[in-house]
Amino acid sequence: MKIAVASGKGGTGKTTVAVALALSIPDAQLVDADAEEPNCHLFLSPTIHETIPVYMMVPEVDLDACTFCGKCAEFCRFNALAVIKDKVLIFPELCHGCGGCVYVCPEKAVGRRDRRLGEVEIGEARGHRFIQGRLKPGEPSAVRIVHEEIARLDPGAPAVIDAPPGTACAVQETVAGADACLLVTEPTPFGLHDLCMAMDLADELDVPAAVIINRSGPTDALIEDECRVRGIPVLLKIPFERRIAEAYSRAEPLSEAFPEYSEKLRQVWQQVREEVHS
Amino acid sequence: MKELLVISGKGGTGKTTVLGSFAALANSKVLADADVDAPNLHLLLSPRQLEDRPYSGAELAVVDRDTCTECGRCTEACEFLAIQDGLVDPRRCEGCATCSIVCPAEAITMQPQITGRLYFSDTRFGLLVHARLLAGAEASGRLVSHVREAARTAAEDRGVDLILTDGSPGIGCPVIASLSGVDAALVITEPTPSGLHDLDRVLQLAAHFRVPTAVSVNKWDINPDVASDIERLAAGLGASTLTRLPFDETVVEATAEAVPIVEWNDGEATKAIRALWNEVASWGALI
Repeated sequence: MKIAVASGKGGTGKTTVAVALALSIPDAQLVDADAEEPNCHLFLSPTIHETIPVYMMVPEVDLDACTFCGKCAEFCRFNALAVIKDKVLIFPELCHGCGGCVYVCPEKAVGRRDRRLGEVEIGEARGHRFIQGRLKPGEPSAVRIVHEEIARLDPGAPAVIDAPPGTACAVQETVAGADACLLVTEPTPFGLHDLCMAMDLADELDVPAAVIINRSGPTDALIEDECRVRGIPVLLKIPFERRIAEAYSRAEPLSEAFPEYSEKLRQVWQQVREEVHS
Repeated sequence: MKELLVISGKGGTGKTTVLGSFAALANSKVLADADVDAPNLHLLLSPRQLEDRPYSGAELAVVDRDTCTECGRCTEACEFLAIQDGLVDPRRCEGCATCSIVCPAEAITMQPQITGRLYFSDTRFGLLVHARLLAGAEASGRLVSHVREAARTAAEDRGVDLILTDGSPGIGCPVIASLSGVDAALVITEPTPSGLHDLDRVLQLAAHFRVPTAVSVNKWDINPDVASDIERLAAGLGASTLTRLPFDETVVEATAEAVPIVEWNDGEATKAIRALWNEVASWGALI
């Protein structure tokens, strides 16, 4: 089973849960799919054995063959090419790598070149297989990196995938690649609002969801009422305690600083598994 | 006209708490929420919605099944694995139209798709422009640019010369779309290893766009050593360091009641945020 840990709102405790969950399940692989800001490694100091560069295609124009007709620029939906008199300007950071300009050029003057977006690193941490993506700063989209990370999973072993915040493309890629998702939220109006967006996304992708309330306290009903209405189970509450925040600030995995969470997270895993098979 | 963007790198460090308080403290401004896939600023400002516009940020390939010969050229050409046996996966389709030009039967057309909603709302602190990306939709960066353009037009119409923009976490396309052309960026971070690591990446990005940047460490007293490390890192990357904000439990209470902390009490966090705002308001990049 593959579980994605997502949240909608940032900073609710996705990484705390993902790291502790993976450490609590024997043989579980941990994938850090927040390639914009990968943080799992800070808690685990993994050994990296392999670095796989991730590329996308961007156009390259043969100026000897080009007649400057402008068809490529006219076709490009992303404004990644501009043709002015005897020049073709290419803006690689706007390019989506669709290759349409290659097909549309009547002179076959547009070719492809690889542009590095970042990399996927594969290694090991505390006996668990570890995969993380890293997007190069300045690159707009981590979707291809996430795709590559999920493709590198060992299909025979359980996996925990730490998603990026929000609900946009890279989150969709992460959640769509999982059998279930655990949504980590906090009992505030912000947490609730973004949790609803994340639950809508899980519903849209047809991936079963369950909720963990982090920094749990007197306002939990905010979240519980919404979950009851939607029929989504709340499987765990992690209380709002300074000692937990301090352990996080020392980069200690929750399950090591407070071993009782190992058992609690194993139960969460079991409950999600039953949810998926029902 | 000047625009201040508040970002964070790591999520949940207090961007919206700070920006919501700035909204209460600044005299004349238009507010923009550039976090379109987890927008929260409106929750602090109890807005009254004035206008709700559908937003079409992308096109979608549509196959005419009667004309389609299932030759497979589109599947071969699509870099996004979005078309198979004449069926389009709307979640994967980026609207590039490549399939429509490789199709020998001319069976594919491109049709505009509603990918989000743009809202104009009235708040007790002035106009708020915000948006929401629909579940599973593409092109969050374009919607962010759209929010910023709408805020700019509204500010011009009203003769307001300051825009306060709430950004999103990370360093990807929505953040790039919110940084490009902004006058100054304030990064709110926290003294944890994740806060430190992510700050490094977001400051590299701001430097790439040559945006003047300042950093304020929120909840600095959770770990004073890491707070100092963060300020050293910021200075090394050319960012100014401004007033630190303390850990103050009343912020949680104010947020639970959906009220900016500076309107809630006159505690430690309120005092620090006021001091921070005074520094920001006199920042050369914004005058």
